[in-house]
Amino acid sequence: MSKKFMYINRKAPYGTIYALESLEVVLIGAAFDQDVSLAFIGDGVYQLTKGQNTKAIGQKNFSTVYMALGDYDVNKIYVEKESLEERGLTLDDLQHLVWEDEDEDYAEKDSIRLVSRSEMSDVLDNQDVVLSF
Amino acid sequence: MTMLHTVNKSPFESKTFDTCLGLAKSGSTILLIEDGVYAATTGNSVADKIKNTSDINFCVLGADAQARGIEAKLAEGIKVVDYEGFVDLVAEHDTVQAWF
Repeated sequence: MSKKFMYINRKAPYGTIYALESLEVVLIGAAFDQDVSLAFIGDGVYQLTKGQNTKAIGQKNFSTVYMALGDYDVNKIYVEKESLEERGLTLDDLQHLVWEDEDEDYAEKDSIRLVSRSEMSDVLDNQDVVLSF
Repeated sequence: MTMLHTVNKSPFESKTFDTCLGLAKSGSTILLIEDGVYAATTGNSVADKIKNTSDINFCVLGADAQARGIEAKLAEGIKVVDYEGFVDLVAEHDTVQAWF
């Protein structure tokens, strides 16, 4: 029986290794056919911003990998509304992440679910395994 | 004496930027690097702190802003410098204090 796995992402990318490590673990976990969700809280929302270009800092730009999550059946990406607002961001500042629903003739659907803090609290409460980055 | 301050932590997750701002003297420079560059973006509570501090020069390291995709959201009046500009700032100031 598959378990509900939640990966909580709370750090900005590049300044620390947490964001990249989380992404690596998510991709590995996705191969084990579990029910995977991602939460982006606090500075974690910065991981999903559009237009990242890491050429000048000499690090790998892993922001493009989030686009591929849908292909790994990782399509429940919860973003906390309050965290975006506190940082002066809106959904438009984030990448448009989608997945294809094979039950509906591969219709393209949004992966990002914008939720309030109290909704996020309920989402977290409803998991079997929680991993924090 | 002029001092160059560098801040490398996000203002939303750490008090580092506030501590620096509280101790930086008039005429000094605060250079935002790494996750510190988020302090230079508009539309949040930190933007007002920078806006209301007219006697300190704020700079941001362009490479770190580009990496994080926030170049278009940088507040007005914040100077963008490259790595050579970073070195110039170090040379121009008497002392450097790294807040991390």
